[in-house]
Formats: sequence, C-alpha cells, structure tokens
Amino acid sequence: MRIPYNWLKKYVKVDLPSQELAHLLTMAGLEVEGIEDLSLKCKGVVVGEIRSLEPHPYADRLWVCQVDVGERVIQLVTGAPNVRAGQKVAVALEGARLPDGQEIKRASFRGVVSQGMLCSPQELGLDPGLFSAEEREGIISLPPDSPPGEDISRALGLEDQVLVLELTPNRGDCLSIWGVAREVAALTGAPLCWPHLQLEEEGNIEEWIAVEIESPELCPRYLARVVTGVKVAPSPAWLQGFLRACGLRPINNVVDITNFVMWEMGQPLHAFDYDKLGGKRIIVRTARPGEKIVTLDGEERLLDPSMLVIADEKDPVAVAGVMGGLESEVTFSTCSVLIEAACFDNISIRRTSKRLGLRSEASLRFERGVDVEAVPKAADRAAQLMAQLAGGKVIGGRLDAYPRKFFPVTISLRPERVNELLGTSLPSREIKELLERLHLEVRGEGPFQVKVPSFRRDLKEEADLIEEVARIYGYDRITPTLPGQVTSRPKQTWRQKWEQKGREAAFLAGLSEVVTYSFISPRIWDHLLLPPEHPWRRALKIANPLKEDHSVMRPSLLPGLLQVALRNFNRKVTSLEIYEVGRVFLPREGDLPEEPLRLAGLVMGVRDRAWNRPTLPLDFYYLKGVVENILSRVRCPGVIFEATSSLPFLHPGRAALLEKGEEVLGYLGELHPQVLKNIDLPCRACVFELDWERVGRHSQDYPRHQPLPRYPSVERDLALVVKEEVPARAVEEVIKEAGGDMLWSCRLFDVYRGDPVPPGCKSLAFSLVFRVPHRTLTEEEVNRRMKRIEEELVFRIGASVRR
Amino acid sequence: MEARILAIKEEALQCLESARTLEEVENIRVRFLGKKGELTQVLRAMGQIPPEERPRIGQLANQVKEVLEKALQQARERVEGQELAFRLEREKIDVTLPGYPLPLGHRHPIYQTLEEIRDIFVGLGFDVVEGPEVEKDYYNFEALNIPKDHPARDMQDSFYITEEILLRTHTSPVQIRVMEERYPEIPIKIIAPGKVYRRDDDATHSPMFFQVEGLLVDRKVTFGELKGTLMTFLKQMFGEGIRVRFRPSYFPFTEPSAEVDMSCVICNGEGCRVCKQTGWLEILGSGMVHPQVLKMAGYDPQEVSGFAFGLGVDRIAMLRYGIDDLRLFYENDHRFLQQF
Repeated sequence: MRIPYNWLKKYVKVDLPSQELAHLLTMAGLEVEGIEDLSLKCKGVVVGEIRSLEPHPYADRLWVCQVDVGERVIQLVTGAPNVRAGQKVAVALEGARLPDGQEIKRASFRGVVSQGMLCSPQELGLDPGLFSAEEREGIISLPPDSPPGEDISRALGLEDQVLVLELTPNRGDCLSIWGVAREVAALTGAPLCWPHLQLEEEGNIEEWIAVEIESPELCPRYLARVVTGVKVAPSPAWLQGFLRACGLRPINNVVDITNFVMWEMGQPLHAFDYDKLGGKRIIVRTARPGEKIVTLDGEERLLDPSMLVIADEKDPVAVAGVMGGLESEVTFSTCSVLIEAACFDNISIRRTSKRLGLRSEASLRFERGVDVEAVPKAADRAAQLMAQLAGGKVIGGRLDAYPRKFFPVTISLRPERVNELLGTSLPSREIKELLERLHLEVRGEGPFQVKVPSFRRDLKEEADLIEEVARIYGYDRITPTLPGQVTSRPKQTWRQKWEQKGREAAFLAGLSEVVTYSFISPRIWDHLLLPPEHPWRRALKIANPLKEDHSVMRPSLLPGLLQVALRNFNRKVTSLEIYEVGRVFLPREGDLPEEPLRLAGLVMGVRDRAWNRPTLPLDFYYLKGVVENILSRVRCPGVIFEATSSLPFLHPGRAALLEKGEEVLGYLGELHPQVLKNIDLPCRACVFELDWERVGRHSQDYPRHQPLPRYPSVERDLALVVKEEVPARAVEEVIKEAGGDMLWSCRLFDVYRGDPVPPGCKSLAFSLVFRVPHRTLTEEEVNRRMKRIEEELVFRIGASVRR
Repeated sequence: MEARILAIKEEALQCLESARTLEEVENIRVRFLGKKGELTQVLRAMGQIPPEERPRIGQLANQVKEVLEKALQQARERVEGQELAFRLEREKIDVTLPGYPLPLGHRHPIYQTLEEIRDIFVGLGFDVVEGPEVEKDYYNFEALNIPKDHPARDMQDSFYITEEILLRTHTSPVQIRVMEERYPEIPIKIIAPGKVYRRDDDATHSPMFFQVEGLLVDRKVTFGELKGTLMTFLKQMFGEGIRVRFRPSYFPFTEPSAEVDMSCVICNGEGCRVCKQTGWLEILGSGMVHPQVLKMAGYDPQEVSGFAFGLGVDRIAMLRYGIDDLRLFYENDHRFLQQF
C-alpha cells in the first residue's frame, strides 16, 4: 500500500519527518517497507504548451513545434507520434540534465534548430506502466491545467515522499489513506480532518435505475448513484499526480475519481456508462452456466455459477468486486455514469478472483473486508468529485439495497486478563484510554464492554483487544522476563539422538554433509533402469509442482546424491565424498506416508596423491570401509555384506546388500555403467544407503566393557591359495569356526595374484591372534589349532596353504 | 718399569682422546686394560721387580688404572654425546612439508546452525519434538485458525499431494500435534525443528527450507516471557551486543502476534545491503497462542495460555556465516561445503 505523505498530512495533522512516522507505524504493526522519494533526478525540465505544429520541411517523420515554456516560446523538433497542437508536454530546455546524466544541447535536425527536447516517461526515469501506451511510445501528455514553465516534478505531483506499507492481511482497514490516518491519529494524538462533503442534487434516482440483489448472502449491500451530463476528459494535474504516486495509471476523470476514492477511503467503486445498462436495471446475481464477459482488460472470461456478477436485465456487466465489463466501460463519449458502491462477501470474491486469475485493487480490498457502513459516504464523495471535476449533475438520492445490516459487535474485556497475558500492570483507566484512541467505545468497569466500529471487523474476541492494547501501548515497553517451567520430559528422543549420531558418524568417516530437496524428478527411474513395477515408481506425487524436476517425493536419497555428483562434476569438481541424512517418503494407503530416516553416501574420483601417499581411488572398497567405519562407530556389529545382482541401478558384480540376521539394512555398490551413461556422469561412482532407524534397532546404545587380557597372546600368519570365485568371507568363516574360542581375532591383510599363484586362483593372507582368558597358551596348543584350521580349509574349500 | 707404566698411561690417554666411536673406546679398553691388555701384562710382570719396589710400582699401576678407567668413562660419554648429536643432525627433516592427508568431512552449515539453535533452547529447558513433513491440511492450516479461503493462505503458497494432504508450509502443525498428544499435561515446553516447503523459487526463496518452532503452554504464560525467551536466545546466538525489537504483526494462530527484529549483525545497525538500509533484520515470528488454537487442541484458554514462535534457520545460517545467496545451501557445491 502506497501512501503519499503530503496527502496523508491533509487527513491527519501530523508534522513528523517521514522517517519518524515510518518508525512509529512499523512499531505499531503497519510495517513501512520503505520511503520513496518521488522527485525526479533531473534539472531544467519544465511544462510546455505546443502553440503550433508543422511538418519538418525535409524529413518525413519529424515535426517542428513552437512551444510556450512560460516566459518565452522556443522551437523544438520532435519525432513523437502523439504530439498535438495545444498539448501540454515535458520540455527539457537547453542545458537541462536528465536522470541518466544526459545533457540537453541545442541541436539541428536537417537544418532546423531544436532548442531542447520533448520527453517520454522513460527519459524522465518514470515508470512507463503509469502512462498510456501512446505516451510510452511518444512523449508525456501532461494534464491540460499544467502551467507552462512549471518545474516538471511539481507539475507531475512528484514533490512528495511515498510511505510503502507492507500490510498484514487482517488490516484491510488500512488499505486507504483515511485508514492509515486513523492509525496515525491514534498513535500521535494528532487530529483527523475529513474534507468537506456537500452535494447539490437534482431529480430522483428511482426514475433512473432499479437495483435488485438476488444473492444477499454474497452481497450485504449495494448502493447506486447516478451522475449525468459528465464530460469525460483527462483528469486535472493534482489527480493524475496522486494516482501515479500511488502506482495507478490515470485513465480519465470519471475512472480516476473512483480510484481516488478507493485510495482515499478504502471503498472500491465502479463507474458504469449508464446508457449501456440494458433495461435500466442492476441485478446482483450469480453467473449462469456458460455465461461469458469481456472484462476491462480485454479478456473474455468464462463465468460459472459460483461467481457473483452485476448484470443488467440481460447480461453480466461486471464480475462483482473483481473487474468491470468492457461493454459498459466509461469512455470519452459517456454522458451519464452509474456509481456502484457495494460490499461483497470476502470469500466469494477471493474464490472468484483466484479462479479467474484476476486480482485487482478492488478484489484485494473486498477480500480483506471493506467498511459496509462507509458505503454511502464513498458514493457521495465520488459523486461530489464528478460534479466538481467532470461538470456532472448529481441525480437526487441513493438507491441503497442493504439486505444484511451491520450490527456492531461488543466484546467483553477483563483488564486483569490484559495484564495476566501481557505480563504488565496497566491500570484499567489506561487500558480504556488506549482502546478509545482506536475509536473503540468502552463501557462499564470490571469487565469492559467494548463496542467495535464497523471498520475494525478483525477484532472479534478478547485476545484481539489485548493485542490492540499492547500495540498502542508499545510492545517495546513490556518488560522481558524468563519463564521458569521445567519438564520431566527427555530433552531429545531416541530417534533424534540416533539421527545426530548418524550425521556425526558419517562426518567422522570423512564424508561431507549435503542437503538436497525432498522432491525429485520422476525421470530418474528410467535412468536408474528400474523395472515398471518397481516400488520407487509409485512415489508420492506433488499435485502442483513448480516443475517436473521437483514433482515427486523421494523414496530414496540416491537421486539427490546423483544430482549433487553431477552438478559438481559439471563444475569440474570430479572427486567427491558426500553423505546425506534425511527422511524419505513411502506412500501408505489411506494415511500420511511413512517417513523413515535414511543415511546415504556417494564417493567418486580419487583422493589426490600426496608426497607421502599415492593417489587413493575412491572406489567400492573405500566406500565399504566408510560404511564399516560408520557401523562400527554406532556399535552395529556383525553386518554381512552379501553379493547381490538384484539392484538394477548397481553394477551386478559390484553390489552388496547389508544384512543383519533376517533384515536388510541397506545396500552398497558401484553404479551400473549404463546408469552413469544415462545420467551423463562420465566417471565411476559408488553409493550406499542405510535404513537408519533399522540400523539403530541393531545397535548397542552403550558398549559393554570387556576386561583387559592378562595373559599374552600368540600371533600366526596364514597364507592360502584358493580359487578366484571363493569369497574371502567364506574363508574367514572356516578359519573362525575351526579356530574356536581360542582364536581371538582373524584379519585379512593381503590378497595376491600372479606368480607363483596359479592362474584362476588368488592368495589370501590372514593374521591370526590366539588367546585364552585365564592362562598362557603353549606353543604346542597353538600349533595343533593351526593344523586343524589348515586341514579344514583344505577339506572344505579346497585351499592350499602357502609356506 | 715405572717408565713403562707411565708410557702406557700417556699412550692410552692419547688414544682415548682421538677415539670417535664407542667401538674404538672399547678397543682401547681391551688393548690397555683387557685380560691381555698392556697394563694388565705389566702388572702380571710384577714378580720380576725387586720386592722393595713393588709397593710403589703397585700403587702407581693402580693409580694409572684408575685414571684410565675414569678417562674411558669420560670418553664413552663424550663419544655417546657426539653420536647422538650426529644422529640428530642426520635425522633432520623438512618440517614445512605437508602432513599426512587424513580424510576430513564437513558438516552442512544449515545443520550446524540448527544444532546450535537446538542446544540453546535445550539449555533453556525446551524438549525437542518432531512431526511429519507431509501433513494434513487440518494440522497445517485448519487447527491453526487458518480455514480454507483465509487470506493468510496467500502468505504461504503450498505444495499439495491431494486436496487434504500437503507438504507442511511451516513447523507450526507440530504445536497442534504435541498439544493433542499431551493433553491435559502442562507445562508443554517444546521446540520442533525441521524442513518446510513453499511454492517459491527465486534468489531469496527456496522451495524447501528449515524452521524451528517453539511452544510453551502453561498457566499464566505471559507476553513478557515470550520476549525474555527470544531475547535470551538471540543474545546467546549472536552475542550480548545485539539489540532486539518486537513489533506487532499478524499470524492467525497467535494473538497478540509479534515480528521480532534484531539489529543487523553485518553493519551493527548502521544500515547496509543485507538489512536493506534499515539497520534491522526480521529474524522470527511469534506471539501468544490464539485461544482458538488452544481450544481446538483440547486446552481451556481460560485455564492456560502459551506463547509460540517460529524462526527460519536458513536466514540465521546466512547471517552466521556471511552467506548472501540462499541457493548455495541446496546446490551442495563441494567448494562451498568444504568451507564449513
């Protein structure tokens, strides 16, 4: 909401610097987003009047004009298509400086001298949207009453500052200068001042028009006035200036007056060309199925029966409260005007404007609620101005259909409750006084009975009044204290602590945390080679996504990580070690989706070589190490990595399911080369994803202390040759089984292929540690156990022992 | 004889002086004092000298032996010292070479901030709760006093799954869920951090971002306590030096409502690009829980009152780390992440 400050001062007698007033309003809940200084950043631009105009003798598209610039007449050459004799224009005189820094010099156009330049809105740094199309393409056409020689800022009403208010939706009453003036009066005590309203009327409106409301539930009040004999013309300078300051484009005096009154009082008005209204009837009704209307913006709109329209005896002439129809628009040939001042149901207006995709200053005000009791005054004010500025005659009386009369609400307010809720100790008298400043009528003692005026429909209950008290008293004057409540609830749930543990474990394993959007592109499923029936393809869909790429809720963290890998690779970051912890969304029939927590990671590229370490490929085994590190940090022992080819997006020979007992905790693997190709990632990458809560159920919250060994251990190395296809874990299992309790630990430390190991075979070397708790093992015992292990290995997996 | 002994002494001392290693020192000891050493040989030949000479020569020989043993000890120490010094010299390394490159993970700045915020509120006695990100319209709007067609719905354009299910637009639905679940327990003193979603995507809006919701419900909770709690939080987060102001605002689920501004931490309230020259930063929304909301969750607004607040984590993280573009958080460029 834009409030020109000089205008505000006409309605409330304040004399504060704009900055101070802005602070006052902001601290009272009417946030001033900014203060705009309207005056133009130019020098030497004045009003001119085109005395005469003739075509340039040697150039087709140029005009030579004699222009009165106040004290003298100068000659100018222009190419503007809209230049006319008698027109008031903006003239940049010789020596003038425009906002873009350009200096105007005397110039010669094909032998004809031009002593300055006629300006377009753009050349003066003005918003072209506030001028007609003609002016945008040519030059500014100033109001006819602009005095030649006057400085252009003054002539355009730009010697002002505009307070730009960011209003909350509850304060519809402040969508007007008058409404803001009321607040200023309440905050400063300055007196309000309403312009003198006097009408001379002739005749009787009932002979002119009939009004009928068919849908009173959607239209509590409809009031019409008629003004005849108007001369539609451009508005005077002050009115055009005012509208532009408010961000509105001047159109003609009649339309401008309706906009002026809307900005002044907050009541949207509409002006119909009376002679275009068929049957001299106004019917407020819902639209009939299939009915259409061409609105003022030239668009044809299809209406439906949920929408309220203003109709003449046959057709809709306006979409009620949203926009008028083109057919009954006021034009320069209009002679009689019907002024509509009405009040429409806010929800209906909101739905209609949403459905039509049409928001207007009018619909905004109706949505936020207008003052139903101020309707007659707004109509009178518009009629008065039309008489004054357009030479119209006001027809006697108003036609006022008011089926749903306003009854003021009375709210009970306990002064002690005010203090109890705010933590203040305001005396009753002060509370009363604060409310009265807002034009609330306060009666009674003990609980006050507070009568709310018709323009404050946002005040519905005691809490609303308490806010008003606090607001006017000043939030900053309320003393801060600290609440002392303690609760016996645990500060964090197991799940929260577990999530935190996951984030930290992954970070400590050297991965970097990423946060990706919860919505992903469904196109990824094809890229991931998922079969048609794969459950991920049934992921939760967003009905109104911003774009296809963000249209389904992720059932896995994998797509997000791939996106990050890709983006980094495209930015030449080709090595990456990342993880994400977050919820995924699994649809459930007839319920909100399940939102289990996942921990996933991705590595690609290499860790660069250093002078004391060779290049380290970030491959399957690296990532497996990361996963083992994470699992071990969170104390989830005994997870089995089972080779799998069941995950279509992973390399079938480099993929594992992570299993604990019967449960699958997640997967780990290298991405399928076809997937990499599909997503255009030209390097290998490995990924894992863990069902984090499930991992949590298999983990120990606290470690169980084991006594330190008191007797020495015996270490032996064991190297075996096995067939290539024998998995290391199978070998390890045999060793552990045969080793029994005596085998304290078994660690694979080398894998070797090549001479002397026969082709198709590999050599595995283990380091075994033997120990028993209560005595020292003898050499003999260990030798016997080693022998048993070796025999089992030979017997069960055909290993041969290397010596 | 005597001359011989003295000659041995001189020679031995001379040898020791030029000894460079422990091995050389040992060789010298063997040569002079060993079983077949020169001095030992001399002493063995004692029988050949006249008896009256023996005590004097014997004494002399013992003295020399003592002197030599002492000298040997000194030589050992000297050589050891030299060897150590030599070794230290030999083992000198270039300490300016880089150290071993251990893997180093990074925490995302949003989560670091979120955890900091959480810890402050936990310290103030709040417990942490969670709620679903895909939420019912009822919890996201209706129960928060935002019926269908309420203008406040314009402030939060939503992503819908169905007409009744949407991505939560704020963490406020958790307020309702907690009150419903815990009724009639008081006090309720919770924060609810998490992701929220709005249909906006430009330089200053991300369609997904983070909030922390707070709620205190008890007998006689006051607006003054809301002020105190949030001021304490902001000062712990941004330092004692900041100024905080509360100004009236509007949220359908609080009444009175307050927008909380803090003095700009970039320019110290002088006015800069970040605070749009105002010197103030809008940092969170808050208010006293609307009686209608308490009622819908089962509590009697005549019996209890409460305050609630919601703060944007992204904004706080941007201020904390001097990040000027929100989108950086969700692009996850490695060169960005590794700064944290």
